[in-house]
Amino acid sequence: MNAGVILFILAGIAGGVIGGMGLGGGTLLIPILTVFLHVGGRQAAAINLISFIPMSIVSCVIHAKNKLLDVKKALLVAIPATVTGALTSFFAQRAPQSALTKAFAVFLICLAVVMIFSRTRALFSSIGGKLSKYPLFPRPDGERY
Amino acid sequence: MKSVKEFFASHKAAANVATVMAALLTGVANGAFGGGGGMLAVPAFTVLQGLEEKKAHATAVAAILPLSAVSAAIYILNGNFDPSFGYYVVGGVIAGGVIGSFLLKKISSTLLEFVFYGIMLAAGIRMLAS
Repeated sequence: MNAGVILFILAGIAGGVIGGMGLGGGTLLIPILTVFLHVGGRQAAAINLISFIPMSIVSCVIHAKNKLLDVKKALLVAIPATVTGALTSFFAQRAPQSALTKAFAVFLICLAVVMIFSRTRALFSSIGGKLSKYPLFPRPDGERY
Repeated sequence: MKSVKEFFASHKAAANVATVMAALLTGVANGAFGGGGGMLAVPAFTVLQGLEEKKAHATAVAAILPLSAVSAAIYILNGNFDPSFGYYVVGGVIAGGVIGSFLLKKISSTLLEFVFYGIMLAAGIRMLAS
């Protein structure tokens, strides 16, 4: 096994651990592959899509057994998402890679900023809400301490 | 946030329209970038549909499965999967996924979440700059 193979496996493990914890493995795996391992954007996208399939089948079976699956609501999202997903995948095969990369970068930055903001707020309110008197960090239920 | 949830809880039609719009965006992100749809679908289920966190995650995984299968097929048919290293990553993801789902029960994810979002932000800026 050469060093490259080990790096690819490690990248997969990093993405998988984050994905398994429900934090969004693909948003970590794709940047690792493209930025650090110089994999093409479409190659990274394909790898992420493929590895999601076995993982999610297993987790669907487990979640269904634990009655955590809301099938009606899943379909409400799955049907429109599959339509736009198929269309954009089709066009993504022909779109310039640089444009896709820039769009993905903006998407990542927006998600990261929103998540850091909302997690910081949740963290402060769980610590005791001392900062809740500041308008940036209100208690989630809208009440004041 | 709760007032937004309350609004959608009492306005089902508005909630469903907003959910479908979020779903359309989920498809666009997953199709164009090959990932990230879950980060839109989960809040759609919690905020718009009032599902609790765990149910929202489980339902989002199920909702994204068919879309990922279709997108994966399109990417593969266009020759965008290179098996020479692709299988190693896929294997790593499966191993990591098992580790992650065990870790979920054992450790607090708060610190990890901040590290993860920090990496996302840095990677995004780096990709934008390159």
